[in-house]
Amino acid sequence: MLKDITLGQFFPGTSLAHRLDPRTKILLTVVYIVALFCAESFVSYGLMVALLITGVKVSGVAPKALVKGLKPVLFIICFTAILNLFYTPGEILVQFWVLKITKEGIFTAFFMALRISMLIMGTFLLTYTTSPISLTDGLEALLGPLKKVKVPVHELSMMMSIALRFIPTLIEETDKIMSAQKARGADFESGSLLDRAKALVPILVPLFISAFRRADELAVAMECRCYHGGQGRTKLHVLRYQPRDYVVMGAYAAVLAAVLVLARFGL
Amino acid sequence: MADTIIKMEDLAFSYPAEEGNVPLAALNGVSLSIERGSFVAVLGHNGSGKSTLAKHMNAVLLPLGGKVWVDGMDTCDENLLLEVRRRVGMVFQNPDNQIVANVVEEDVAFGPENLGIPTEEIRQRVDAALQAVGMEEFVLQAPHHLSGGQKQRIAIAGIIAMEPACIVLDESTAMLDPSGRREVLDTVRRLNREKGITIVLITHHMDEAALADRIVVMDGGRAVMDGAPKEILTRMAELRAIGLDVPHTVELLYGLREDGFDVPVDALSVEDCADAIVAALAPRA
Ligand SMILES: Nc1ncnc2c1ncn2[C@@H]1O[C@H](COP(=O)(O)OP(=O)(O)OP(=O)(O)O)[C@@H](O)[C@H]1O
Ligand SMILES: [Mg+2]
Repeated sequence: MLKDITLGQFFPGTSLAHRLDPRTKILLTVVYIVALFCAESFVSYGLMVALLITGVKVSGVAPKALVKGLKPVLFIICFTAILNLFYTPGEILVQFWVLKITKEGIFTAFFMALRISMLIMGTFLLTYTTSPISLTDGLEALLGPLKKVKVPVHELSMMMSIALRFIPTLIEETDKIMSAQKARGADFESGSLLDRAKALVPILVPLFISAFRRADELAVAMECRCYHGGQGRTKLHVLRYQPRDYVVMGAYAAVLAAVLVLARFGL
Repeated sequence: MADTIIKMEDLAFSYPAEEGNVPLAALNGVSLSIERGSFVAVLGHNGSGKSTLAKHMNAVLLPLGGKVWVDGMDTCDENLLLEVRRRVGMVFQNPDNQIVANVVEEDVAFGPENLGIPTEEIRQRVDAALQAVGMEEFVLQAPHHLSGGQKQRIAIAGIIAMEPACIVLDESTAMLDPSGRREVLDTVRRLNREKGITIVLITHHMDEAALADRIVVMDGGRAVMDGAPKEILTRMAELRAIGLDVPHTVELLYGLREDGFDVPVDALSVEDCADAIVAALAPRA
């Protein structure tokens, strides 16, 4: 059952969104987030919604999958919206006891909820259409200049890709240990929170021990295959921007510019 | 001399002792030459020093006493480290703990990438290596979806992509089911025969050792026997004394001999053994 959990979910595909260079997609996601925070009016939000919908259409990802991604943060969205609803000063519409709802409150609450949801859906669109490997490759390439100021970019991206490689292995192992403990009468589902936390100890201890052993063996195996850091390393897949990357980046830049200009005129 | 790929001379090694204890020697003066293109099996019970010996073959461990040369290169020379490791690849026991990437082709490319091979050539090497182990249709698979035997073949491909002269397998079949074991053994035998890659197979299984051209038996950090399988595997009393079993076929033939049948004891494979028994029975019938 634990196997069903997939972190940084990826839906393989061949759409334009899948074929874009990972660097392009990471940059666009950043631009998209910045634009979201600059947008202040119906018009600019309309533009952003249009952009998101276009993105979803192009990627071929089922909108349902995106909405599902919102579920875990639903509470935060509602909480922020409600806070904004009651605590924004302005023209009072309804009032009972100390709670008052203002016209400005309604607007801010609505935009807040919309902003957070769109932020999450936008980032999910990135992870849904980019495999974890190209994501790490893209990050390594984009952060490359930081190597000059001694940031261990290669090491960080190597750690990230090894972590991604071992997630399924460790999940499988957790599953096995849990079954073994259940067979010995362990109970993970009932009892107080404290009881359940305690029941996790016999899972975590063997899991950690085995993770350390794996790390040790993997390190030797990597050495045997001539790993000696990022120096002089070449790659099987070299990232190259294609014309489509420039076109899409241009389109995004135009939308960002439009949002900024609109914000300037208070729209 | 020219065609020795790995040469060890009076090799000694002990792991750093825990506090208060005297370090125990894991290797105790091993001298061994492995010929290029040969298929050598190393036998020995638990703790006899097999893995320690293997790790000296590609400079993962460095000798405390004696010397090791790989293709004429002293493994203690730090400048030659990468070249030594490129020539002698190592496959370990647990397939999960030696796969680095989560796509098969990326994993096979890991070694060549570390060696700084140009991109186009890495592509060719990856494809050729996967072909050599018969896994070419799995290029884009996630390794955790493969069987144990398939994972080990990917690990072997990852080494072949470095174009090594020798592959050392440290109990690489121990965690596999019989079909996975056969997959791996067939693969290494083919690589040995067709590509002339030297194979050092460390194992607990007598029937696997019987496939080799030569068997080295380790005990207490020493190489105590060294010879052709037919010679080694029939020394039942000596093998038993150091905690090893003889193949079932040999055991059967010994038993028949004791009962007065005139059979040879060095028919190792099941087929040879059956033939020998039939031949021995024929005159009576
Ligand atoms: N990392 C280590 N630290 C300390 N001692 C070790 C270490 N690895 C092995 N030893 C010891 O060195 C000796 C030889 O071990 P080695 O692993 O080479 O044996 P082996 O023949 O490979 O055994 P197995 O069949 O169990 O794999 C043993 O006594 C063992 O306890
Ligand atoms: Mg061992």
